Amino acid sequence: MTIDLENLTIKKAHEALVHGDFTAVELAEAYLKEIKKKNGELNAYLEVFADVLEQAGEADKRIHAGQADILTGIPMAIKDNILIKGRIASSASKMLENYVATYDATVIEKLKARGVVFLGRTNMDEFAMGGSTENSAYGITRNPHDPTCVPGGSSGGSATAVGGNLCLAALGSDTGGSIRQPSAFCGAVGLKPTYGSVSRYGVMAMASSLDQIGPIAKNIEDAEIIYNAIRGWDRYDSTSYDLPELPASTKSFGEAKKLRIGVPESFLNQGGIDEVVINNFRETLKKLEQAGCEIKTIEMPNLHYSLACYYITVFSEVSANMARFDGVRYGAHVEGKDLLEDYMKTRGEKLGREVRRRIMLGTYVLSAGYYDAYYNKATEVRELIRRDYAKAFEEVDVVATPVAPSPAYPIGKNTSDPLQMYLEDIFTVPINMAGVPGMSVPTGKTDKGLPLAIQIVAPWRRDDILFTLGTIIETCQA
Amino acid sequence: MLERKDIDNLANLARIALSESEKDKLQKDMESILGYVGELQNAPSYAEASEGKPGNHYLRNVMREDEEPFVAGVNTEIILSQAPKRKGDYYVVKKILGDSLT
Repeated sequence: MTIDLENLTIKKAHEALVHGDFTAVELAEAYLKEIKKKNGELNAYLEVFADVLEQAGEADKRIHAGQADILTGIPMAIKDNILIKGRIASSASKMLENYVATYDATVIEKLKARGVVFLGRTNMDEFAMGGSTENSAYGITRNPHDPTCVPGGSSGGSATAVGGNLCLAALGSDTGGSIRQPSAFCGAVGLKPTYGSVSRYGVMAMASSLDQIGPIAKNIEDAEIIYNAIRGWDRYDSTSYDLPELPASTKSFGEAKKLRIGVPESFLNQGGIDEVVINNFRETLKKLEQAGCEIKTIEMPNLHYSLACYYITVFSEVSANMARFDGVRYGAHVEGKDLLEDYMKTRGEKLGREVRRRIMLGTYVLSAGYYDAYYNKATEVRELIRRDYAKAFEEVDVVATPVAPSPAYPIGKNTSDPLQMYLEDIFTVPINMAGVPGMSVPTGKTDKGLPLAIQIVAPWRRDDILFTLGTIIETCQA
Repeated sequence: MLERKDIDNLANLARIALSESEKDKLQKDMESILGYVGELQNAPSYAEASEGKPGNHYLRNVMREDEEPFVAGVNTEIILSQAPKRKGDYYVVKKILGDSLT
């Protein structure tokens, strides 16, 4: 039988598996066939696991025994910086080319318990540093809607796999937009949950005060199913928490109340946004107004500083987190004449250009004499950004902006100018700085067929509002 | 302004061997990036903008009892299996006091 992968969702697949319309093995085979056909060109996967059909066979047993969970037999792709025990996890770096994960990430443990089938590990910017998946040590990934364009990044392989029907859903990680922006570029739904709602145990740390794992999916419902499967407190990540443990939000949100959407106009007016993006954003707002939402202009004066603030924070945390790669404990080792040269050569030869650049910048901004002017100042301004959100959420339920200044752009456009590449993150980084949840929701396509999207942001621990509004946006598009 | 000796110094501190051509490119890139992030100096100070209100509403205590420690040795083989060089249950490293320090 032929399975219609284009229109398949987790819920539909689950129903078909339970009703016996197709088996988990047949579903996995359908994806393997697509991967074989397209991955040569797209390079979404760095590795397709050899035991996919065995995993699917196990899922079928569970389904036949009447013990199927909604995720049992669902084929997913996993970003290469998330550990699956016994499999290579390289973070798309030469440093970890042969590194075999020694334990399961908590999110993987949770998905395994539900019987998810892991298809393979997906390409990314090395150690998640980048916004186009052009910084991988294993070649670029191409956009499934236009192979001459980037898929976004850093979770570009995962987003391409979802957008190109090479998996049913995927996991990514998001430090400054690495789930939301590639999802927008590839026509998928991408969720960066509230900081702390999903354990990062077993994801390779980039900037620990910002990193969060989240789903990349084909629709809102699928994203919510995966989010609910992976979230929760974990003793191995002290930033994680269970939702019920926290005091209930001071605000109530129900269907009876009009959903209020705030737009930080003066932040948007800073220019640099493609006309096609801003027009699509306005049209989406208009549709939401017609659907009963209230659109309000809000002031968030410190968002203007978030990109500078973000990069100082990232450089600092990257230089600290990357210090673990010493050529001694795990990963690559390059032989030098003494221990110091072992370090210098291992890190110089096995870390990629962007990683080296960020470590150098972090070493600079954290050095004596500059620490106050950069890192301490950034920490202070970060608090102001948080306050901007706290204040905004006194007036509105959601803040909306575009996800990125443009749709997917041609491969190579920004590769020679790192600052230009950083500027592409303008709309996604404030969300990580504040720790609030944000989601990228598809809102149509350009004339050339490139996906467009809106970013919606909710208060801390109110990821549920994003699913509610996301579903309204989906309905408006239909 | 970043000077070449600053780049050399940072590369040593960061323990990264860099080629001369990469140092040239880095000097240029770092200057433009630091120029951009330097705009943060124009941001208001926290005290000014917050009207003195504390901003630690999101902080919480994550301390826990020091209990259920790992049993010594149970993970040794798993961890050492990933070492580039090992000898028995030890990592192999070169002696620290080498010729480069004399």
